Amino acid sequence: MPETPSTSALLSVRAVTLQYRSKEHLITATYRVSFDVLRSDRFVLLGPSGCGKSTLLKAVGGYIAPVEGEVTLNGMRIDTPGPDRAFVFQEFDQLLPWKNVRDNICFALTASGKLRRREAVDVAMHYIEKVGLTKFATSFPHTLSGGMKQRVAIARAMAMEPAILLMDEPFAALDALTREKMQEELLALWAETKFTVLFVTHSIPEAIRIGNRILLMSAHPGQAKAEINCSGSDDVDADGKLLSSRIQESLFGRSAAQGDLKHV
Amino acid sequence: MSSAPEYRPDITHEISTETLEVIAQPLTGFARLYDNGAFRKTVLLVLLAVIWEVYARLLASPLLFPTFSATVAALGTGLASGELPRAATYTLSLLIKGYVAGLAIAALLTAFASATRLGADLLETLTAMFNPLPSIALLPLALIWFGLGDGSVIFVLVHAVLWAVALNTFSGFKSLSPTLRMVGQNYGLSKLSYIAKILIPGAFPSILTGLKVGWAFAWRTLIAAELVFGVSSGSGGLGWYVFENKNQLLIPEVFAGLLTVIAFGLIVENLIFKSIEARTIKRWGMTS
Repeated sequence: MPETPSTSALLSVRAVTLQYRSKEHLITATYRVSFDVLRSDRFVLLGPSGCGKSTLLKAVGGYIAPVEGEVTLNGMRIDTPGPDRAFVFQEFDQLLPWKNVRDNICFALTASGKLRRREAVDVAMHYIEKVGLTKFATSFPHTLSGGMKQRVAIARAMAMEPAILLMDEPFAALDALTREKMQEELLALWAETKFTVLFVTHSIPEAIRIGNRILLMSAHPGQAKAEINCSGSDDVDADGKLLSSRIQESLFGRSAAQGDLKHV
Repeated sequence: MSSAPEYRPDITHEISTETLEVIAQPLTGFARLYDNGAFRKTVLLVLLAVIWEVYARLLASPLLFPTFSATVAALGTGLASGELPRAATYTLSLLIKGYVAGLAIAALLTAFASATRLGADLLETLTAMFNPLPSIALLPLALIWFGLGDGSVIFVLVHAVLWAVALNTFSGFKSLSPTLRMVGQNYGLSKLSYIAKILIPGAFPSILTGLKVGWAFAWRTLIAAELVFGVSSGSGGLGWYVFENKNQLLIPEVFAGLLTVIAFGLIVENLIFKSIEARTIKRWGMTS
């Protein structure tokens, strides 16, 4: 169902099919997924594990080439990783352990040829302050907690001032209290700079909290099931249904809507 | 006794930091001294020297086993006469030449191995073939190829260093986390700066292990080569010093020569490699 791409789309994913090879099989991760991300969107890819949402994000990152369809950013086809799409990973080891917090950010800015070292330090300190880690600017990553590491990764990605931020379950490995705080901080940062973010998660509450637009995906192979708007809270719609239960119904069918299948 | 536990009211505590006692208490002098690795090792060395001295005196056979004090005296004369420093300098310069050449070739081989699959197969096969082969076994062949001179010694040194360093570096490259690789690609690094800025620091723990093992292999090989074929060049090194003094039955001098070899091993391990370690992988929290 190739729709005409909306002209105002920043990122446009058109009928993208992604496959990867395991030892014995060729696995289709996503099948003809299409969506558009507009400027300043907080676009969430939501789905159970195995729906190919992370693979899809990696395709947007330029790490995987689609076998069918195309991904375009500002009208340009994406085929390699690049600094205009800054990635925040789930893993804590995404910071270079041999560089301290400030230099991790400087590294991103200088390696990409965006800034010279001296200007990079100022920009880095600015974003470190934004995520509240000024005191830890010269600490090495292994001395930081998980939440702090993710803050640094977010600061690093934001410092690049990319066209779009790609976040692959950045808070999934955090404890529940820290996760909530980080979601809040991310929204506060968004309110300040109105960056565009493509956010992958498997948690319905997180999707509702973070997203202004949510793409629901089904698994095996990953297909787009629905695309819904979201106001940031679990509102009741005209039928008297909570947004979260609507999402759950859509993802898992009626039987799971009662809430006996929170995580799959 | 079937009902729920009895009701307890909520409690709210006032938290204050004013009346806290000392939380961090300084350690006692001995505990601090004992925490110092250099101190513990020095004590061990002194202890070993004392055992040596006592045993040698009990044995009372200077030809078989001279005392520690006699060895130190021989070391002193050797140093004063300039013979021992000259031998040590000669050995060291040869060693460094061979080590550096070995590292350079290892770097090339590893670069090839990490760039292509065929290169990786080549490295794995060559390492499997040559790593178990003692370098010293190649010396007779090297003497035919390169003649009696530094060339043949450097050849066996390269062989001693190359495989250990290449193998460790390559396995370090391979075990680098996929996330870090993606981070490197994300910021648009070129192939060369990707190697310099991501692969090498990321694999540094393995590279350092390779450097250490390579150094030890090279050192051993060199002393052995000098002992056996010390005449191969005009001025002898430490191995030759040991060999010559043994021929003249100057056993304390033999021990002094060996002690110098040991001293270099200790210095390189404890001063050079330890401080590289402290500045890099320890500081980065990359030690396993």
